[in-house]
Amino acid sequence: MSYPDDLRYSKEHEWVRAEDGRATIGITSFAADELGDIVFIELPEVGATLSQFGTFGVVESVKAVSDLFAPVSGEVTEVNEVLRDAPERLNADPFGEGWIARVTLADAAELDNLMDAAAYAAETA
Amino acid sequence: MSQAPVGELRHTPLHALHRQLGARLVPFAGYEMPVQYSGIIEEHRTVRSAVGLFDLSHMGEIEVLGEEAVAFLRYALVSDPGALETGQAQYSMACDVDGGIIDDLIVYRRAENLFWVVCNASNRDAVVGQLTALLSRGDFGATIEDRSDHIALLAPQGPNAAALVGELTDLDLASIGNYRSAPGTVAGVDCLVARTGYTGEDGFELFSDSRRARELWAALAAAGERHGARPCGLGARDTLRLEAGMPLYGNELNRETNPFEVNLGRVVKLEKGEFVGRAALQAVQQAGPTRKLIGLQMVDNAIPRAGYEVRADGDAVGHVTSGTLSPTLGTRIAMAMVPAALAGVGNAFEVVVRERPYRAEQVKLPFYRRERDERT
Repeated sequence: MSYPDDLRYSKEHEWVRAEDGRATIGITSFAADELGDIVFIELPEVGATLSQFGTFGVVESVKAVSDLFAPVSGEVTEVNEVLRDAPERLNADPFGEGWIARVTLADAAELDNLMDAAAYAAETA
Repeated sequence: MSQAPVGELRHTPLHALHRQLGARLVPFAGYEMPVQYSGIIEEHRTVRSAVGLFDLSHMGEIEVLGEEAVAFLRYALVSDPGALETGQAQYSMACDVDGGIIDDLIVYRRAENLFWVVCNASNRDAVVGQLTALLSRGDFGATIEDRSDHIALLAPQGPNAAALVGELTDLDLASIGNYRSAPGTVAGVDCLVARTGYTGEDGFELFSDSRRARELWAALAAAGERHGARPCGLGARDTLRLEAGMPLYGNELNRETNPFEVNLGRVVKLEKGEFVGRAALQAVQQAGPTRKLIGLQMVDNAIPRAGYEVRADGDAVGHVTSGTLSPTLGTRIAMAMVPAALAGVGNAFEVVVRERPYRAEQVKLPFYRRERDERT
């Protein structure tokens, strides 16, 4: 499987798109497929402070409950409210309409703790 | 089905096929079983609207044979298998002397002195052990044989199941009512064709020689294309049975729970005479159960799950035994065990999800009932 080249990836299967001191985060297609039909998401609150690799929310599939782990540290500036009523978008378009939150990027050096697309593809192969 | 050393997972005869179909396989009751193929919600809806194909070959089939097979089963189980005509089946349970549930199962009367006891895979050893121990006292002229490793079980379930199976058999399915069975061939494979299931829909359970299971599945899948059939895994089976208010051993049922607590007192035939657990169960019936299994529907937006704490007026009073987002109803539903005194349709409870209480209301079980059953 291949993954978008412009993103960085965590071992916990979250992605981050960093640009101009801001970052958009979500879960990968691999994670969405592993979870199966996602039926609920507990989003972080706007203003919440995330720390890299700390939990920041929960997704639930029909069968399972899974924590979300922040791929970077930062303050939440926006959450994808649409997911509250349409959590299935996490399955349908995890790298696009299924984005979860936007955060200020507290420390760009943290991106070095993440994988590029090729490394993540190898990780999930 | 195949014997495997301890620690290794057993396979049903369809294991390789499940892989080919892209199933996600998980350990279940000592077997590696498909939990889903295309997705639990799609599979669930297929069973409610068309027909789903389940491989349930992990389940236990125990044959009971002998002049005193009836007397033996009347003693070993809480129901009265003696009331069954040949071809009829009955939901039942084996209980311990203290009234705790060893397993829930279905008894099929195949002939005057021949029965099949179909039990949960996870409890097969416990049921075989119990029946063997009771027989070893020498009081009954009957024998048992655990045939689980040689019998496959495929289950087409859903409103189109009868049309699908009807294409492949000469049996008159209209004459096989609910909880009835008949021997016959399906796609040329000798089967016991039973109108039983665990989904809340019309459907069949087809017991066959395990060596013919792949052939039977292939025929069902091929003919099933015209009936909207789809392979379904244990994930959908779980959400289907939960909507239908059916208990699952290990969740609603266990050794510490008696049939009256889970609203199944009607299964227990105290009047039939002596049987294992009778004194304890009679005491429960007379005093009334102290706990009760109830249905909950969440008022707030949180999904209840097995093990979550249930509160009433802020106090911990019980726990969720099974819960999910209902694919059919779109609501968040659960079964929960609470003190009998607190149970009542419309009563308010809270379910604790990630350390926060969320409001729930007791509703009638089952959550889902299929539209009028036209068979008798």
